[in-house]
Amino acid sequence: MSPRVTAATAVRVLTQLRRDPRTVVLLLAVPCVLLILLEEVFAGLPAVFQSIGGPLLGLFPFISMFLVTSITMLRERVSGTLERLMTLPLHKLDILLGYAIAFALFAAVQVTLVSVVAFGPLDLRVAGPKWAVVVLAVGNAVLGMSLGLFVSAFATTEFQAVQFMPALVFPQLLLCGLFVAREDMAEWLQVISAVLPLTYAYDALAKVSAGGPYGARFVLDVAVTVGATLLFLALGAATLRRRTA
Amino acid sequence: MSEPAIRVESLRVVRGGKVALDGISVEVAPGIVTGLLGPSGSGKSTLMRAAVGVQRIDSGRITVLGQAAGSLALRSRVGYRTQAPSVYADLTVRENVRYFARVLGVSDGGVGEAIDTVGLGEEAGRVANRLSGGQLARVALAMALLGEPEVLVLDEPTVGLDPVLRRDLWDTFHALAGRGATLLVSSHVMDEADRCDELLLLREGRIVATGSPDELRRRTGAGDLDEAFLRVIDEGEA
Repeated sequence: MSPRVTAATAVRVLTQLRRDPRTVVLLLAVPCVLLILLEEVFAGLPAVFQSIGGPLLGLFPFISMFLVTSITMLRERVSGTLERLMTLPLHKLDILLGYAIAFALFAAVQVTLVSVVAFGPLDLRVAGPKWAVVVLAVGNAVLGMSLGLFVSAFATTEFQAVQFMPALVFPQLLLCGLFVAREDMAEWLQVISAVLPLTYAYDALAKVSAGGPYGARFVLDVAVTVGATLLFLALGAATLRRRTA
Repeated sequence: MSEPAIRVESLRVVRGGKVALDGISVEVAPGIVTGLLGPSGSGKSTLMRAAVGVQRIDSGRITVLGQAAGSLALRSRVGYRTQAPSVYADLTVRENVRYFARVLGVSDGGVGEAIDTVGLGEEAGRVANRLSGGQLARVALAMALLGEPEVLVLDEPTVGLDPVLRRDLWDTFHALAGRGATLLVSSHVMDEADRCDELLLLREGRIVATGSPDELRRRTGAGDLDEAFLRVIDEGEA
């Protein structure tokens, strides 16, 4: 592994992103617009916005980085650049970490912007520290990135990659506890929910929004989020084959 | 005779249920330009991919500079240009070459040099998706030339280029060989065969002839290499 190669890859990925200003604007503006919309929709029920605003803010980066990474990585696989990279003296992890750093940095900007809107004009209040929401959100971005990287191996076209979002992200959003508390779900749904990483990512955000408790469950939430990220990165690395048929 | 730069022993590759390389054995001599000629689908790209270690092989082996093809130590000593230019479409020429240079640990001076060698100095700031096919092909070539590799594997590097540029590139290839580099260059255009020092003729996954262009003409009594290739095939089938 080489910091030089990792840094070069991160710079390359960010340069590619910068070359596509429309995507950058969409990635930065859409979460803000959606949050404003959410606040307006629940104007008559401010308590709802206050309770789901914090967690939602922290889940946006997961969704957008999942999508961006799966498409970027798919392009890298089909355009032949990945195979070309495999002939260079680099480690697969250099590529993966380069991606992770680039998208984490971008997510930090995204989260900062949406936080300024949420905690400023929208007057979103969280009981826990705001910085913890931001940190968790960036962590979720990296989780989304690692999942996107892994599943890009199972898509051969961009159409397929886009469909992985409703297939793999929406069920996690529905089951994580954001819309309905997990205790109120049918038991079989709770079982599924318990094995989905977003459930833990959401729970950590919900706990910070509510100001705790930061007990064993919170530690587990953070541990599962980090662990799932590492697992998907490892699985992603396994799909980056140096030799192909 | 010196050690071959590339040694292929009973290499067999099956791709998509079809035999791409049928247990071929061949050697590529160091310090010269060897042309890999054959019709499209004959296995040229498969052999080249095997030489850089990205082709899954079914049996046999291939070594480069005495080491297993694709091993870590080799990857900074072997330059490769894929058949379809593997270039980031949303990066400029310079950004593309610079990224590979950083990975290889080549200085920024080497970046400018590689871009100049392929005649893209004026286009260095242009985004790749705005380039013509021929220009893209040259970006990929510049990336292969980085770091003065000892072995260059170039898959159809001159396709679609104008004749002047093609001549310049072939001069570059020979200049590199003059400095000791080994070049394996594929083409399906027979008129390029005459620019090579040695030839490997590949057809349907088998080596049908090897030798210098002159040798091949003499041996077959043919006037041009196209004709020589045909006679070799006829002899093989007779």
